[in-house]
Amino acid sequence: MAGDRLPREVIAMRVARELQDGDVVNLGIGIPSLCSQYVPEGRTILYHSESGVLNYGPMADEGEEDDDLINASGQFIKQMPGMSFFHSADAFGMIRGGHIDVTVLGALQVSEKGDLSNWMIPSRGIGNVGGAMDLAVGARRVIVAMEHTGRNGDPKIVSRCTFPLTSPECVSLIVTDIAVISVEQDGLVLRETAPGWEPREIQNETEPELILADDIKEIAL
Amino acid sequence: MEKIYTSFNESVSDIFDGAAIMVSGFGGTGGTAQNLILALRDQGAKNLTIISNTAGLASIMGFGTLAGETPVDVGVLIDNGQVGKVIASFPVSPSPSKKNSFETYYQEGKIELELVPQGTLAERIRAGGSGIPAFYTPTGAGTQVSEGKETRDFEGRSYVLETALKSDFALVKAHKSDPLGNLSYKGTSQNFGAVMVRSTGISIVEVDEIVDIGEIDSTEIATPALFVDRIVKA
Repeated sequence: MAGDRLPREVIAMRVARELQDGDVVNLGIGIPSLCSQYVPEGRTILYHSESGVLNYGPMADEGEEDDDLINASGQFIKQMPGMSFFHSADAFGMIRGGHIDVTVLGALQVSEKGDLSNWMIPSRGIGNVGGAMDLAVGARRVIVAMEHTGRNGDPKIVSRCTFPLTSPECVSLIVTDIAVISVEQDGLVLRETAPGWEPREIQNETEPELILADDIKEIAL
Repeated sequence: MEKIYTSFNESVSDIFDGAAIMVSGFGGTGGTAQNLILALRDQGAKNLTIISNTAGLASIMGFGTLAGETPVDVGVLIDNGQVGKVIASFPVSPSPSKKNSFETYYQEGKIELELVPQGTLAERIRAGGSGIPAFYTPTGAGTQVSEGKETRDFEGRSYVLETALKSDFALVKAHKSDPLGNLSYKGTSQNFGAVMVRSTGISIVEVDEIVDIGEIDSTEIATPALFVDRIVKA
């Protein structure tokens, strides 16, 4: 029997290990927004948000919230020395211009070629693009943090995205509640497994065929 | 040259039916000209095209809004039946169970939507005020937002041709203005407003404070006076 599924915080913890000292990072809504809490000590990360801020840190203390200080998730951020503010055209010039090292995004589907769908569930007939398309094409590295399957158990890692695309061929790493998978030229490579999960059990929850890494290992934090 | 208006109602009185209106704000109350929006609601102009990041987000779910506040955003104009078309990147509620009135009207075929990625929206507005009629962007290439648009490859990568956006009026929130219309903003509240003032026929700016010339340090002026037509103090 397969092991437990990792909680959202642990997915975020695993993603946080990917962030390197000096990286400029943009975190999406949901699991990605948790990553900043788990960056290994000694690494300085500059967080960027489409709301028009670079180098934000913790959330505002209770009673100190200011509606002129928000991140793209609408959370109130704390005024910190070394922050800078800018308008939306500059915020996105930074994104498209290749100045963001890593973005961490949620996903509805990721294909075996690294295509990303994360903005619309077709049955609703309408969705929010927000900054996702800009981040997907502009960030140097796109990491997806998500649950491995949907609520009904459907695979979210698919051969071809059936939901509207955010951007084709943009994802380089997928971190889920049961696996870490990299997107390579030849296909999807299973690199790490959650404790208690066999590769074939992960394959059963994944539509395209996974290539097993030579040095496949258990997810370490 | 008198840019200072003493009444919100007076500052929006000439907005006409069918006008294209840019409305600043990221989604929360910060950077949103709440008093100007209320004045436009009371003024009643109809069949407006609204160019804005959202189509009502703070007003349905309190996004970026302080506890205990009743936020005003473009949702107020949509609720009031004044809007025929929205150009936005984040038009609906993230939660399908908390529908905004835009989504209801959209499903009923009563309102039109042009969905634009957020960075493309900002750049189209910037271009509109900068003498650039169109530009190529990688954003949206190979997705449904590029359908029907010209695409072109540069150095092996696909780009989409996007056209500039202009408007008849812009309703913008800033922090301080001097009588000339030099503006400063607080924190993350520049967002779309600081771009919209550049690409509109008449920019109407709601500010927290009007100060004497020289009180805003010249290096802190984020919007130079030539972009500002009307100033009203909240």
